[in-house]
Amino acid sequence: MSTTEHSEYIDSDTGKMGMWLFLFTELFLFGGLFIVYAVMRSKYSEDFHQAALELNAFIGATNTVVLLVSSMTVAMSLTAIQKNRPNIAIGLIFITLILAGVFMMNKYFEWGHKFSLHLYPGSDVMKSLPHGEIMFFGLYFMMTGLHALHVIIGGVVLTIVMFKLKSGKINQDHYLLQENGALYWHLVDLIWIFLFPLLYLIT
Amino acid sequence: MKNHETHITSYSQNLTVLITLLLLTTTSVLAVKFHFGAFTVAIALIIASIKAAIVLTYFMHLKFENLLLRLMVGGVFLLFAIVVVITFIDYYFR
Repeated sequence: MSTTEHSEYIDSDTGKMGMWLFLFTELFLFGGLFIVYAVMRSKYSEDFHQAALELNAFIGATNTVVLLVSSMTVAMSLTAIQKNRPNIAIGLIFITLILAGVFMMNKYFEWGHKFSLHLYPGSDVMKSLPHGEIMFFGLYFMMTGLHALHVIIGGVVLTIVMFKLKSGKINQDHYLLQENGALYWHLVDLIWIFLFPLLYLIT
Repeated sequence: MKNHETHITSYSQNLTVLITLLLLTTTSVLAVKFHFGAFTVAIALIIASIKAAIVLTYFMHLKFENLLLRLMVGGVFLLFAIVVVITFIDYYFR
């Protein structure tokens, strides 16, 4: 492989591996919370059952579909740039960003409803609940909140990718940033795949 | 600047993966509605794990990555499983 003095050498394999190493740390960040959930669920199964009934499974299911579709559009944007179709790639990332917005809107209404019922960490209503239900709602706010933070960060990264696609800095030969941004977005989806059944579905 | 041939996943393959994932989601929603008692949690978790494996394999392109990366990902999930098992051993046999 010959490179001239001015051309930049990018080792995409190493760059991708670095991204994966970061994703491993993310896995353990959420993994720790999943373990707390598992232990607490086996300790307070009746309280967890009661508390989970409070959550709206329909909003949870809607957001699952939204995230799965957005995961596909971001994967397709990679196909588009590999086939040298930057405009299609930009369009697909734009759709992904809109879906991220829809997800956050749903989350806003969902959390808003909980707050209107005075169900939030530290509220008097929550303090009056049995211990297991406090644990459930604490975990619910912590896990969905941390996940929503990742949706926002993923949205920012994908916006940067979209502008770099526009300026041609990401192109058919150099798309490592887009690849890593897509990997991050898939991780967001991956975590939701477990959050949805554990928090919303199983009562 | 590619070290090797890049595998390009086609649009239709991506769509197939999405449809599979949506079908699995529907299955898990229905399965939970039917109340299999103690198995409900297990069923929901198994379906979630299948979905996660599909996302990792196809959307995250692990199927087309080099062996080292695939082993690393497998190793990390194995490590997580060990941590979960050890936590529960500690919790139940303390």
